[in-house]
Amino acid sequence: MSGTYLGMPSFPRAARAAVQDRTLRANLRHATHTIRDKRAKAVAELGDWDQLREAGKQIKDRTLRHLDTHLLQLEQAVTAAGGTVHWAADADEANRIVTDLVRATGEREVVKVKSMATQEIGLNEALEAAGIAAYETDLAELIVQLGDDRPSHILVPAIHRNRGEIREIFTRTMSEWGRPAPDGLTDRPADLAEAARLHLRDKFLRAKVGISGANFMVAETGTLVVVESEGNGRMCLTLPETLISVVGIEKTIPTWRDLEVFLQTLPRSSTAERMNPYTSTWTGTADGDGPQTFHLVLLDNGRTGVLADEVGRQTLRCIRCSACLNVCPVYERAGGHAYGSVYPGPIGAILTPQLRGTTSEVDASLPFASTLCGACYEVCPVAIDIPEVLVHLREKVADQGGKGHRLEKAAIKAAGWVLNHPAALTAAERAAAKTRRFHPEKLGGLPLAAAWTNTRDLPVMPAEPFRDWWKRTHNS
Amino acid sequence: MRVALFVTCVNDAVFPATGIAVVKLLERLGVTVDFPAAQTCCGQPQYNTGYRRDTEPLVRRTAAAFAGYEYVVTPSGSCAAMIRDNYPRIGRLQTKEGRGGDLSRTADSLVPRTYELTEFLVDVLGVTDVGAYFPHTVTYHPSCHGVRMLGLGERPRKLLEAVKGLELRELPGAEECCGFGGTFAVKNSDVSAAMGEDKIRSAVSTGADFLCGADNSCLMHLGGMLRRQDAPVRALHLAEILASTEEEPLL
Repeated sequence: MSGTYLGMPSFPRAARAAVQDRTLRANLRHATHTIRDKRAKAVAELGDWDQLREAGKQIKDRTLRHLDTHLLQLEQAVTAAGGTVHWAADADEANRIVTDLVRATGEREVVKVKSMATQEIGLNEALEAAGIAAYETDLAELIVQLGDDRPSHILVPAIHRNRGEIREIFTRTMSEWGRPAPDGLTDRPADLAEAARLHLRDKFLRAKVGISGANFMVAETGTLVVVESEGNGRMCLTLPETLISVVGIEKTIPTWRDLEVFLQTLPRSSTAERMNPYTSTWTGTADGDGPQTFHLVLLDNGRTGVLADEVGRQTLRCIRCSACLNVCPVYERAGGHAYGSVYPGPIGAILTPQLRGTTSEVDASLPFASTLCGACYEVCPVAIDIPEVLVHLREKVADQGGKGHRLEKAAIKAAGWVLNHPAALTAAERAAAKTRRFHPEKLGGLPLAAAWTNTRDLPVMPAEPFRDWWKRTHNS
Repeated sequence: MRVALFVTCVNDAVFPATGIAVVKLLERLGVTVDFPAAQTCCGQPQYNTGYRRDTEPLVRRTAAAFAGYEYVVTPSGSCAAMIRDNYPRIGRLQTKEGRGGDLSRTADSLVPRTYELTEFLVDVLGVTDVGAYFPHTVTYHPSCHGVRMLGLGERPRKLLEAVKGLELRELPGAEECCGFGGTFAVKNSDVSAAMGEDKIRSAVSTGADFLCGADNSCLMHLGGMLRRQDAPVRALHLAEILASTEEEPLL
């Protein structure tokens, strides 16, 4: 397929490879359908789901409207509780701050809690360039790191891997990173988990610096909240002497009471659990208990730009549950890597082009990576109208022009003229009807037509358009 | 009752049988139908591809064509959803951009009068048994815009269940998108085809003779695939089944 018109190139090309990968298709289908069905059951248990969803939406919207005030309140509260707050305008600044903070401790390694924000800014790579090893401790992130791979899902980063592949990765690479995999490791989930547990235990007990993100930041008390399933997060948040948290500014909520809503909707939407196994909260530092030094890096990295866009700003409500990924028919076929960002799926298709802009080929193609079927909007626990934002971003891409946009624009204008002149439309319809015996079932020459006819026959044109039938039968 | 048929551009040019079926069905139910010839396209392909301003003349044209009618009925959930969801949105943005307010007023007038066919039958006419006869096995694909934007719910199913001789088979994964998605079908043709293939496999697995839907754009995609694969299932619009009677059977 040639990239002759808008939105065509990057995502479609990457997705094509995924569509043809039978193992990947099977892994994704099995995993997404399993989580999807469980989520539906977990949500159906609550009689007040719709109200919780509406409350989550309104809390986030209200907070975002007054984000400046809440952030200053948060800074004040964190500082009063013994923490230090840093403001990072972009990824480079955030990476510089964290690297300098780790260097100042004299340590050469850190343990990490699963965090989208640190992946977004490429923190591990920045630390590696500074000679600091960052160890991922979430099981799936560990699989991704050991496999020299990229995450393909927000919640289940190794969703594209099956048990056999994971056994192979552990056996081959664990020894390069620390404690090797046990001899004769099987692909039983319990054995794989035990191998990871033993491998990670050494790192937890040794590490002096922990790095995390956060699911929520409570402005009134300066409290950070991490919601997780494995307990690795709790280890990283409590054992090291220094804790550095990198958090997007939109994670702020005003009060503890607001947590009531999200601690119900997040686990049910993401892991389909009534409540997640570990919810860690911490406020600054406490003498003799947990990390004695705490730094909070507040990350903008494009978020204030999103906030300024009246249609796009609802994207900042996202609590990273990944329910939209699990129901998305496009994600299920294309896989997470095709989205070219740490944020895959429907939320990635609207978040990435807003954070990074739409100048690159892949970013300009993301808003088009959807049929607008609306399944994502339906399950979103904070009611982000993803199809609305997708269309809004398509408009921006069309406006900015780019590869092949002139052709598409010209076609739209021409079609617009015909559709606004019914006589011309009727003439075109009659011409199509008259020549129908000569229409082929496949069209090879034109890329656009071939994209249709490679897998589908063209419809058989009727002998007369509807409007002629009407005229013949009703207007005489 | 002044009822206008909004046949939609796809049905007008490619699937006139669906439009004809709607007219026959409504006339059989005692409704006088009119077809305002000034109508063309609702503008959804343009709007969904990112050309909102190029859609505006079509919003005006569509609204003007149906001015004065009590009900505007269309055999397409997708085009009905375009009017109901996106016309007001287009109006709001026009006003916000300081380019006048005519589109909002237009939407306010048209939206409450616009009905997808099954809504009109069940909610306005109050019928589910339309006196149809179709002695075949059928499975129903509820298109996304009908399910999630319009909330058609059980209406199509109730209508089908009341058809004499018809055996309805459950379509596995019915509410999953078929992969058409307008320009998505060509911009992301590989993913679109993969989704379509899965939908067709589900349809074939039911053993039904017909894959019925209420949106011919989805059926154009699925029907094209079924024909390419010589599958033993035919795509057919719901209206054509409902128009079929013992005296005048479709097949």
